[in-house]
Amino acid sequence: MLTISRKLYDQIVAHARADHPDEACGVLAGSAGSDRPERFIAMLNAARSPTFYEFDSTEQFRVWQEMEDRDEEPVVIYHSHTATEAYPSRTDISLAAVPDAHYVLVSTRDEPATEFRSYRIVAGMVTEEPVSVVE
Amino acid sequence: MAIEVRIPTILRTYTDGAKQVEGTGATLDELITDLEQRHGGLRDRLVEGGGLRRFVNVYLNDEDVRFLAGLETPVRDGDTVTVLPAVAGGI
Repeated sequence: MLTISRKLYDQIVAHARADHPDEACGVLAGSAGSDRPERFIAMLNAARSPTFYEFDSTEQFRVWQEMEDRDEEPVVIYHSHTATEAYPSRTDISLAAVPDAHYVLVSTRDEPATEFRSYRIVAGMVTEEPVSVVE
Repeated sequence: MAIEVRIPTILRTYTDGAKQVEGTGATLDELITDLEQRHGGLRDRLVEGGGLRRFVNVYLNDEDVRFLAGLETPVRDGDTVTVLPAVAGGI
């Protein structure tokens, strides 16, 4: 299960809508071992594409270093699909390389509705999980 | 002194769970070859066809080695090499 505050949920949705039709992407950092997202970090989609996303490698280093300094880890890695459903694609699955993260997929294909779903992706296996939005 | 190499979670199966290992070499390529001696299989996760794998980021101190000399990037004692899996995906 992913437990996420309304504030962080809204920030992800707003980011996805703002970047549509390009895929938006980012991280929610949380205290190491807590499994609770706390800090919203929108990342540049270096691919700037409606069908692909990739973190800028230098920005990723800086953000990962900052999390390390703050004793945090990436609890959520999110990105948006702008024309397809909020389900991990084959590419999403093959490239998922942070086994402890919750992978959040948002779809902005139907304005103004936004699909928001969360998954664990470990060793090529996708498991959807419930999302609990807390106030 | 040696070169400190930081290993992401997904590659720690090659280091018995260690998040940091040490190695030596004059270039990144030599360093990876050195690490392979003690952590068999690690090289294949980092290198493909004579170059760094597409979705693996390697940093020398705080610079992506793709902006330096790739596998030929010179390294020396006291440097820190960090490996991070790229975060990417798409349709």
